[in-house]
Amino acid sequence: MSETRPSAPSDLLDGYRPGAGYDECVEPAGRPRAHWEYLLRALQGLGPLELGQRRREARRMLREHGVTYNVYDDAQADERLWPLDPIPLLIPSAEWQAIEHGLVQRAELLELLLDDLYGDHTLVARGLLPPEVVYAHGGFARPCVGVPAPGGRNLPLYAADLARQPDGRLCVLGDRAQAPSGAGYALENRLVLARVLPSLFRDSHVHRLPPFLRRLRAMLAALAGDADEAPHVVLLTPGPGNETYFEHAFLASELGCTLAQAEDLAVRDERLWLRTLEGLRPVDAVLRRVDGAFCDPLELRGDSLLGTPGLLQAARAGRVALINPLGASAVENPALLPFLPALSRALLGEDLALPSVATWWCGDADARRYVLAHLAELVIKPIDQHGSARSVFGDALTTPQRQALAERIAARPHAFVAQERVPLSTAPTWIDGRLEPRAMVLRTFLAADRDGYAVMPGGLCRVAPTPDSLVVSNQRGGVSKDVWVLASEPEREVGVLVPAAHPLPVERGGQEVPGRVADNLFWTGRYAERAESAARVLREALRRALDLDAAPFDPHLPMLLRSVTFVTGAYPGFAGPNAPALLGAPDAELRALLFDATRQGSVRFALDALARAARAVRDRFSTDTWRVLGALQREFGEPLNLDDALERLDRLLLLLAAFGGLSADSMSRGQRWRFLEIGRRLERGLDGIAMLRGLCPPGVEPAAVPWESVLVVADASITYRRRYRASADPAAVLDLLLDDETNPRSVVFQLIQLDALFDGLGGASAAERTAERALLRNALAELRRGVAPGGRALDRTLDESLGRLQELLAAISDALATAYFSRGARPQQLVRVV
Amino acid sequence: MRYRVVHTTRYAYGAPVVLAHNEARLQPRATARQACALSQVTIDPLPAVVATREDFFGNRVLYFALQDAHDRLVVTASSEVEVAAPAPVALDAGPSWEAARARLASPDEAEARAARQFVLDSPCAAAGADVRAYAEPSFVAERPLLAAVADLSARIHRDFRFDPESTTVATPVSEVLAQRHGVCQDFAHLAIACLRAMGLPARYVSGYLETLPPPGQPRLQGADVSHAWFAVHAPGIGWVDFDPTNDLLPDERHVTTAWGRDYADVTPLKGVIFGGGAHTLEVAVDMVRLDD
Repeated sequence: MSETRPSAPSDLLDGYRPGAGYDECVEPAGRPRAHWEYLLRALQGLGPLELGQRRREARRMLREHGVTYNVYDDAQADERLWPLDPIPLLIPSAEWQAIEHGLVQRAELLELLLDDLYGDHTLVARGLLPPEVVYAHGGFARPCVGVPAPGGRNLPLYAADLARQPDGRLCVLGDRAQAPSGAGYALENRLVLARVLPSLFRDSHVHRLPPFLRRLRAMLAALAGDADEAPHVVLLTPGPGNETYFEHAFLASELGCTLAQAEDLAVRDERLWLRTLEGLRPVDAVLRRVDGAFCDPLELRGDSLLGTPGLLQAARAGRVALINPLGASAVENPALLPFLPALSRALLGEDLALPSVATWWCGDADARRYVLAHLAELVIKPIDQHGSARSVFGDALTTPQRQALAERIAARPHAFVAQERVPLSTAPTWIDGRLEPRAMVLRTFLAADRDGYAVMPGGLCRVAPTPDSLVVSNQRGGVSKDVWVLASEPEREVGVLVPAAHPLPVERGGQEVPGRVADNLFWTGRYAERAESAARVLREALRRALDLDAAPFDPHLPMLLRSVTFVTGAYPGFAGPNAPALLGAPDAELRALLFDATRQGSVRFALDALARAARAVRDRFSTDTWRVLGALQREFGEPLNLDDALERLDRLLLLLAAFGGLSADSMSRGQRWRFLEIGRRLERGLDGIAMLRGLCPPGVEPAAVPWESVLVVADASITYRRRYRASADPAAVLDLLLDDETNPRSVVFQLIQLDALFDGLGGASAAERTAERALLRNALAELRRGVAPGGRALDRTLDESLGRLQELLAAISDALATAYFSRGARPQQLVRVV
Repeated sequence: MRYRVVHTTRYAYGAPVVLAHNEARLQPRATARQACALSQVTIDPLPAVVATREDFFGNRVLYFALQDAHDRLVVTASSEVEVAAPAPVALDAGPSWEAARARLASPDEAEARAARQFVLDSPCAAAGADVRAYAEPSFVAERPLLAAVADLSARIHRDFRFDPESTTVATPVSEVLAQRHGVCQDFAHLAIACLRAMGLPARYVSGYLETLPPPGQPRLQGADVSHAWFAVHAPGIGWVDFDPTNDLLPDERHVTTAWGRDYADVTPLKGVIFGGGAHTLEVAVDMVRLDD
């Protein structure tokens, strides 16, 4: 037994060897820091196997919640599972108070800077800031000068990246004022970790995060104006391709905002409006996750496709609150850092409590001399990181490269800063079944209301992927950690929904449906149904094709495979000139129709399209629904062979049924559900017709049609047997599949459902609205015309009639697109300047 | 000299425009030697929203929005302006260009601090190595600043062919430099980039220049055009204008509308429209002397 460590945690820390720098968990002598002892002992009690199990549990939860982030330049896997370490970062209450104080002071200082830059603009004139520091940074937006701050706040949201220096003091590595990201991930990390380590979390007396979420809501309400009604807030996202799109959807749903893209918005009468199916609805505030420069192509970047022309004018008129204001990134400027201590004294009359990483602005002659003499020890950064320029580590440069850099600095000194390389502190991280030290950075979050700032008691900790890496970034494979600020005494559990101070007016809204959203919901419904139709017909075809003894003699297999091609729409396939050869060896084609993501019509293709459509309206689905969607994606991953395809198709159909059930049972019957349901019904009608056309070619002999399979694919065997018992009668099967109003899979059932769904559609102009109804009436007439007095006959007119029906249903889809899914047109510039 | 300037911009759209947001910088600003007694902008069709303000550089900005479908836009700015002749400038007096540059860096001069933002690159006038190479022959050691700038302006006039067909407003300075021809915006941008390459503050000025008909011929209506030139900041003197297109120092025949870092800051009429298809554009400027 070693004397230097208390007994319990020692095993867990065996082999934990932090380097020379500061370690969050153990003192230089190897003894655990006091505030880690409880956690270490508890983890020790769990044991490595159990901890590994909890880690897997956390991953499962994250996957089911759909917590992802996108990696740029990675076409293979653009969406990655959010990585969370099961070991939290611990910060004692007393230290946190000091951090909080420093962060609030810094936010206040940066806000005063913004107040000046976009107000009287005296700091430059008074000589407190060199003009180049302000004007050479792209974040300073001249058109924003004079635009009033919402609720008087120029920096409602602020985040700071903190690192711990070797002496244990924290310093700020960078300021985030544009549209700080990460708070949503931090909340999600907490949600997951508190559930996989419940007793540990409970007994550690951790400061709770929900109050911060409430603070964000209060901020939005306070800054959105003094309307009596609940303000209408949208969260403006660049779209599903953005790195942190998950967070946009997560926050929109937690904060009760509408998730909107630029095309959903328009400025009229110096107000911002959301285009919904019911028409324009005014927007009081925008929580933006689009960079300011891209938000208004009239006054800011003219080449932006993510912006709303006139937005800045609406803000100037004081009629929309932009959070943060569009010029806020002016303080995301490393050249400001050397000036902050003096500015703090001048503007606040206080010393800066939380230091910045040591920074030299090369526009200052003395600083420049120092930098040029110490290039090898420093990190050199362009002050404006918007272009192609990036940070460089001086010691990584060859002598000629260093010379070239020195020349670039000499030519435009004001455009560069150099910073000290902070040896990051390390935090214990669970790697391959044991604790290892990893370099870490902590992002902290602040939100203002009219009175002041509140700090999220916690944050987003990120650690480096490898022992020697000092680069901590999700884009480069970093891992995140929950941050536990240890309270001195337990806090009451508080949920997100708290009793409102004033009774809230009954909100029948929350139903704003932009055309883009209606469009994506419609296609979510269609692709879910298409995947199901393809899976059903493929399952039946595979069942018969994989029966190697019987398949060569199965007279119906060719017809069934032909129907596979019809339902998937993957022509020519089993219906084309090459059909005889394909029918002889159908495996490759069947495999492609199951798994090939590039093959239009394949199950995989439909599932991908379903995921894309659903992702674009992610905030509209419950966690459970999202979990099913995630499972659907995984079901059809590797390996791509036919051996277990039948079982996988079974599971897929169950999941699709779960998706259908969840949307039927848990979506309120508003417009969103309506469009999802219309898509589903329309697709089911189209697929049912396609299957019949595939199985009953014009002039086919009744005996050549695999009626049993028809009934299996249409999920109608049981009904049929109960009614008719006898062997297959074409007229009876066709009646059941086409004309039976009580069969939920018959074509006529879909048309009747559509009729009822169309009744509830509002919005579009009367002329547009009648188009799909007229088409639907024609379709019903077409369907009924086909029924002869003695039932349907399997003749040439059947196929022709079904063909016409197919065209009418396709036309309904187009009519809906015209009337409801019209996206905001792309704006164009009258003059192209740069 | 007193003028009436009528500047008409006419867009005809191939398809209806359903929503348009626009900004006009068409109304002459007041300057030390220019007063604008009367200025109005008429817009056809009638806009739903009109708002005026001053921008960061003190220019007059008119924002307007058209919110009903329309197939044309006609913006007519009519102004009466009185321009005084500038005080004579002694090009060979004043500090050398090196001394002027050094004074900029001095932390005590508020005026210099205000000018320093105009040393920095801007979207349409960025200083590259090619620009600096072109500029350097004018900036021989110890030459008085204004003499060096006048020489630069004269060289641009001499080396570059005025060719109204040759460029759009979006021509990068390097391209103009390589092609050796352009329009007044290009020459102004080139001169500005040259000055910035030498570490000197330069700004872009947009406005009008009275054109006189050849002797004995009547003045043609609408034959005038909008014009552009540049100004350099000289310590102790202030901003001094130069017109490289005509190789002269702007006088009372130059009416100033607006200034900024480059054309992008002072675009006379810009807009973002929804719909519209292809469009055609006609611009006519009439500049008439009101003096008798």
